[in-house]
Amino acid sequence: MEKRCTFNNMWLPYFLVAPQIIITFIFFLWPASQALYQSFLIEDAFGLSSEFVWFENFEELFSDPLYLDSFYTTVIFSVSTTFLSLSLSLLFAVMADRVIKGEMAYKSILLWPYAVAPAVAGVLWMFMFNPGNGILALTLQSLGYEWNHVLRGGQAMMLVIIAAAWKQISYNFIFFLAGLQSIPKSMLEASAIDGAGPVKRFWTIVFPLISPTTFFLIVVNVVYAFFETFGIIHAVTQGGPYKSTEILVYKVYNDGFVGLDLGGSSAQSVILMIIVVLLTVFQFRYIERRVQY
Amino acid sequence: MVENRPWLNVLTHLLLILGIIVVIFPIYIALVTSTHEAEDILTTVQPWFGSEMLENYGTVLQKGKVNASGIPVGMMMWNSLIMALGIVFGKITISILSAFAIVYFRFPLRKLCFWTIFLTLMLPVEVRILPTYAVVANLGLLNSYAGLTLPLIASATATFLFRQFFMTVPEELAEAARVDGAGPMKFFFDILLPLSRTNLAALFVILFIYGWNQYLWPLIITTDESMTTIVMGIQRMLYVADAIPEWNITMATAILAMLPPLLVVIVMQRQFVKGLVETEK
Repeated sequence: MEKRCTFNNMWLPYFLVAPQIIITFIFFLWPASQALYQSFLIEDAFGLSSEFVWFENFEELFSDPLYLDSFYTTVIFSVSTTFLSLSLSLLFAVMADRVIKGEMAYKSILLWPYAVAPAVAGVLWMFMFNPGNGILALTLQSLGYEWNHVLRGGQAMMLVIIAAAWKQISYNFIFFLAGLQSIPKSMLEASAIDGAGPVKRFWTIVFPLISPTTFFLIVVNVVYAFFETFGIIHAVTQGGPYKSTEILVYKVYNDGFVGLDLGGSSAQSVILMIIVVLLTVFQFRYIERRVQY
Repeated sequence: MVENRPWLNVLTHLLLILGIIVVIFPIYIALVTSTHEAEDILTTVQPWFGSEMLENYGTVLQKGKVNASGIPVGMMMWNSLIMALGIVFGKITISILSAFAIVYFRFPLRKLCFWTIFLTLMLPVEVRILPTYAVVANLGLLNSYAGLTLPLIASATATFLFRQFFMTVPEELAEAARVDGAGPMKFFFDILLPLSRTNLAALFVILFIYGWNQYLWPLIITTDESMTTIVMGIQRMLYVADAIPEWNITMATAILAMLPPLLVVIVMQRQFVKGLVETEK
């Protein structure tokens, strides 16, 4: 799609794109190429000299059980976050789509978590699960379940998953609701006349029809869980206890800024970039299909 | 509504009320906690508001958490506000200009510019964090508002949004402007910009939340405590070995940290939903 009517000017268009292109070069492309370059280097202990080592950093990463663990942790974390958030939002969206009275009130409040920063969402849930004075921790304790996410890795993981999923409810809710509202009412009425109950209608008509939205949201949520949840991990668990919640993004930060392992951290950045590129390409190919749909 | 089933209607409302509780409960607990004295929440849960609200928020805004750096939260909020607005206006300005150039001009490097901008989609801060830090340090931008905002303002999504919108603007408008002898910039300011009002508002909401809620970037480039933003400031309050854990102060800060973006979402709800849905196209 191109405009027929355009303006002629030799220099103006360059002048107009310049700010964005310059910033993209300085803060995006140059650093990304630096990360790529450094991922092939190993520095000595004092940072005085470096040696070009090809793929040694990558080989080292993939033979490092800590890195592989972090990969595994990230997968568990993002799959659980995505699943929990999507199922809750779909449930709420289906209900909000049904309701006639008071729908605005429900809708507006369900949008709130989007405004809360991941780190702040983490702190809210962390406080409620705080052993000793958190309302949920105390409730669990009175039910005979000992909660202490500071010491137990599995519980720490549950805590960050809940916080991450909570924050993402609004986003998924909006898209599910839009998807639900675009389903033709006549289709649902026809199946109701044929005797299909609400549950059957949902699984045989509604769910298949909103599958494009669902796939799209799965990709978006995985990207979110991979990259944007850094704040939750950093504020709530710092990757602990015993690295049980150390997701990849946190490890890049930790190895780079705390451990000062430049080559290793850059190699991790490069791997993350490859993951983003794959996810983005996947999403865009998919979106093209959605437009035709 | 396809058919009338009273029990289903009741269930619908019950589930939605459950949803509301899931959303509001953490915020409510934080708000209640922020109105008590530190001693009152050491070992028990307070179900209802206390009497220390003014006192706590006054302390937080003016002094911060004394044994955790003691930067006034009012100052942190000011930093966050400048960063958020810097990102909003910076992002909107550079992306509307580049979208205008890409849609309304033909020039040799047009395709290349487009793909360069597209690439930024694939490079979130989190993956290029160390080298970007090095660039900002070399430019001497650590601990400055420019350092906080500039690296975050290049964005493909905003450019694409404007490009998409400009493509739907009728050709006749540009033709008429040209016939009447208006130059490109006059066309941009007098016709395109006013037409983009709703898109600008939608982007404003999304970008304000994005900017205000930044965490990782301010965390690494601000070492000077007077440049702390509120979202990262909370984290510093969590890991302090104080005599009495002052959860009331931390929670008051959390409430203050979510208040501005929450107000924006509540007041500009329509634009917010539009912005969310449109930026994903």
